[in-house]
Amino acid sequence: MTQFRARLAANKAVGEYRHLVFITSAELPPVRPGHFAAVAVGGPDSAMLLRRAFSIHRVQTKATVGTTIELVVAPKGPGTKWLTSQPEGAVVDMIAPLGKPFTLPKAPVACVIVAGGYGAAPMIGLAEQLRSRGCRVDVVLGASTEGRLYGVLDLKRIADSISITTDDGSLGTQGYVSDVLPDVMRRADTGVVYACGPMGMLQAVSTIAAQTGAIAQCAVEESMACGVGVCMTCVLPVVGDDGLTRMVRSCTDGPVFRGDRVRWSEVGTVPSDCVGAPKPEGH
Amino acid sequence: MTATSALQPDLSTSLGRLALDAPVLTASGCAAAGRELDGYFDITKIGAIVTKSIMLEARSGRATPRMAETPSGMINSIGLQGPGIESFIEHDLSWLRKRGAKAIVSIAGNNVLEFGRLARRLRGVEGVAAIEINISCPNVANRGLVFACNLGSAQEVVAEVRRHAAPEVPLLAKLSPDVTDIVEIARGVVDAGADGLSMINTLLGMVIDPVTLRPKLGGRTGGLSGPAIRPVAVRAVYQVHAAMPQVPILGMGGIRSGRDALEFLAAGASAVSVGTAIFNDPSAPMRIQNELADELRSRGFERLRDVIGIAHRSIEE
Repeated sequence: MTQFRARLAANKAVGEYRHLVFITSAELPPVRPGHFAAVAVGGPDSAMLLRRAFSIHRVQTKATVGTTIELVVAPKGPGTKWLTSQPEGAVVDMIAPLGKPFTLPKAPVACVIVAGGYGAAPMIGLAEQLRSRGCRVDVVLGASTEGRLYGVLDLKRIADSISITTDDGSLGTQGYVSDVLPDVMRRADTGVVYACGPMGMLQAVSTIAAQTGAIAQCAVEESMACGVGVCMTCVLPVVGDDGLTRMVRSCTDGPVFRGDRVRWSEVGTVPSDCVGAPKPEGH
Repeated sequence: MTATSALQPDLSTSLGRLALDAPVLTASGCAAAGRELDGYFDITKIGAIVTKSIMLEARSGRATPRMAETPSGMINSIGLQGPGIESFIEHDLSWLRKRGAKAIVSIAGNNVLEFGRLARRLRGVEGVAAIEINISCPNVANRGLVFACNLGSAQEVVAEVRRHAAPEVPLLAKLSPDVTDIVEIARGVVDAGADGLSMINTLLGMVIDPVTLRPKLGGRTGGLSGPAIRPVAVRAVYQVHAAMPQVPILGMGGIRSGRDALEFLAAGASAVSVGTAIFNDPSAPMRIQNELADELRSRGFERLRDVIGIAHRSIEE
């Protein structure tokens, strides 16, 4: 990873999100789908100390311009509202690439990409890479409403098929991605599911994948204070190769985890059989 | 600019018997064991890495959410997640030693005896520049277990660690600001065998989630840190230094810039730790150390030692 200053070159509305393009002259290590960036918000004397983490949408390096880093940001809290209201030319402190990205299959295999809302941002580059490896790519996008879908046109262009669900039925099938996913997987004989979105969606996707014997790779969105592995706030219960559950950091051990390794229903708790779990008499 | 003012000030300092080439350290719990930060700055160039408090056994920590952002700060309830002392010595401490970084090992026990066992385990282990005794972590199941809030308990822990630790290893007792009279606690732990004091740990706090109207953190209460608590920390350092000017203090609490570090030195700290600012800027310890050098130089100080405790002297001196 590299810590660098980046200049905001474009800031455009896409549905209910903002598509931000940053430019830096810093040299970045290779960026792969699933990597994320941690951005300091509010300026150098900001009262908001914690970095905001965003899955990287796209990175391109051009000899004349430098490196562009694209993020898709939902203005939700004070930090994201500050970031998305910055004018072109504003400079931010950024760290990227962070985390463990998606693992790509070695052989051509049928893949499904499932994304909730702006979770689609890193999936466009992923879809391109899967296609270039000869994989079949089906896409399932979901959001609460049409304005919160992202990347529909891009993914339509790349994918073999695309299915859309919205909670309110404003576009595509009314319902959740989990309502249409089993059919898509059956038709395509899917071997790997790539997912990015809220925890509930990732849990549903992992359950469906397990039922069909497909591998699920899930990029989690857990709140982080530092993004670089030192604060220990972004933990979730994950089963390791030794079969033991540990509270692991989603910033450095993730954000991409195998769906069958995360104890989804116990996220937000410390399972009693977790390594070092509190004893009945208290921690 | 004169030749003198262009010189790098002498930043060397000491915490009692512990000599430090540089005055900025990391604060326990904000730098893990240094490895993650080494990619952002050369961790051998700062004073020392104070490692995250280690316990005897592996510990999962508390349920999430473990943190919330607060104005100019944050509140956390990590709950001392860690791998346990054996894994720490084998993987973390050995890495720091090979890397050539000075390590101050923070220890935390569930009870007095565990503190003693941790100190004993560290005897003869290479690469322990000092031990910081974390008697003030607010993230324990029972608030009554914050040893540093009770004079007797604080003294008992420090005496037990002194009894079991290698005699040549300096001991720093980390104090909580959540007490009526911090000078009384400071005096007590020094009497019990602490060579120096780390001040301050987080303040106990709470955030209510505006949606659920319930405590936001999994641990309900948590430790407040960051620039929001800096004046509390500076006051604590000032009071203790006034009462015991001979006792070395590692000052911490919301340091974000070289100027902030200078405040602590002036109040009486001999060195400083950078904590929450690391989450905002992983390069912060190195940046702050460089800024501190500039702050000293711009005021005409040639040696960092000359500014320690200066706030206690009248302006005419």
